Amino acid sequence: MEAYISLFIKAVFIENLALSFFLGMCTFIAVSKKISTAMGLGIAVMMVQIITVPANNFIYHALLKEDALSWMGIKGVDLSFLALLSCIGVIAALVQILEMILDKFFPALYHALGIFLPLITVNCAILAGSLFMIERDYNLPESVVYGVGSGFGWALAITVMAGVREKLKYSDIPAGLQGLGITFITAGLMSLGFMAFSGIQL
Amino acid sequence: MNEILNDETKKVLIEPLVDNNPITLQVLGICSALAVTSQMSTSLIMALALTMVTACSSAAISAIRNHIPGSIRIIVQMTIIASLVIVVDQILKAFAYEISKQLSVFVGLIITNCIVMGRAEGYAMKNPPLASFMDGIGNGLGYSLILITVSFIRESLGSGKLLGIEVFKLTKDGGWYDPNGLMLLPPSAFFIIGLIIWGVRQWKPKQAETADFKIMSIAHGEGGHH
Repeated sequence: MEAYISLFIKAVFIENLALSFFLGMCTFIAVSKKISTAMGLGIAVMMVQIITVPANNFIYHALLKEDALSWMGIKGVDLSFLALLSCIGVIAALVQILEMILDKFFPALYHALGIFLPLITVNCAILAGSLFMIERDYNLPESVVYGVGSGFGWALAITVMAGVREKLKYSDIPAGLQGLGITFITAGLMSLGFMAFSGIQL
Repeated sequence: MNEILNDETKKVLIEPLVDNNPITLQVLGICSALAVTSQMSTSLIMALALTMVTACSSAAISAIRNHIPGSIRIIVQMTIIASLVIVVDQILKAFAYEISKQLSVFVGLIITNCIVMGRAEGYAMKNPPLASFMDGIGNGLGYSLILITVSFIRESLGSGKLLGIEVFKLTKDGGWYDPNGLMLLPPSAFFIIGLIIWGVRQWKPKQAETADFKIMSIAHGEGGHH
C-alpha cells in the first residue's frame, strides 16, 4: 500500500507531467486563461488518463511485450516496436468512446467539457503517461495509480496556472512580453516551486 | 507557373523561421522544445527527427488528401505520423542508442507534437505534395532554430560544454567558470523561451499580443495610446 501512496505523490508533485517534463504544454498555455475552463480541461485529462494508462498497460502486457503472445502458443515474438502505434490508437479510440458515453449519459458534463475532449487525443501528456508506464515497466495496479496521479498532477498545474493568469491581467507588462512571454516566465517560476519537492524521498 | 512555385517554396521555407515561427508565434510543439534542450546533442537529433517526420508526413498526407474521408481524417493522419515516428525511433535505436535512451519517450511524443499535426491539418490537406514537403521542412527548421538556441544557452552556461566538448573550464577542474546548475533544471527552459519570445516580439512588434486589460493612468491621461 505504501508503495502505491509514494508512487501517487511522486506522480503528482515530484514528477509533475506539466512542470517537470513539459508535457501537454500547448494546451497548458492555450487553455489556462480562465480557472473554470482550465479546471474542466484538467478533469477531462484526468479521466482520460485514468482509463488509458491501465488499458495500454493491459494491451502491452497481453499482446506486444516480448513473448507476450505465448498464451496463444506463439513464442519468440517481440512486437514492442508497435507500442507507439497501439498507444495512440487506443487513446484515440477511448477518447471517442468516452465522448459518446458522456454525450449519452452525462450531457451536462459533456457540454462542460465540450471541445476539450477531442483535443485530448493530441495532448502529449496522455501519450507520455502511457509511454512512461511502458518505459518504467509498471504492473496493472501501479499503472492505475500512476494514471490517477499523473492526471491529477496535470490538472493541479493547469488550474494553478489559470489562477495566476487571472490575476496577471491586472499587472502592467512590457508590450513584447505580453501574453505568451509572461506565461512562460510564470510557468518557469511555478516549475521552480515544484522543484522544491524533488528532494523528497518516500 | 514555375516562378510562382519558386516564390511559394521560398515563402514556406523562410517564413516559419522568424515571421511565423511555430514555437514563438503559433505556440506549437513546446513540450519537446523544453524537455530535450539541456544538451545540444539531444536537441540536434530531436530537431532533425522532427523536421524529417513533419516533411515526410506532410508530403504523404498531401498526396492522398483527396482520398481521405473528412470524418476520419485525424485517425488517418495519426496513423501516417505514428508509422513515420516508429521508423525514426527504430533508426535511432539502431544507430544512436545512447541518444535514444536520453531522449526516452520524447521521440515517441513526436506523434502528438502539435507542429506535425498542425501542418498536416493546416497546410498539407490543401496543398500539393511538393509544397507541403517544403512547408514541413520550413516549420521543422523554425522549430530547430529555437531548439538549438535554447540548448546552446543551457548547455554552455549549465555545464560549460558544447556538444560535450569543454568550452568554459570549470572551477572544479581548476578553471574559472562556475556552472549555473539552474540551467540544467526544467525552469530555466521556460525562462529562456520566455525571454526569446520577448526578444522576437520587441524586434517584430506586430507579433506582440494586445493586453486584455489596460491599466488606466489617473494622472493627466498619459499612456492613453492603444
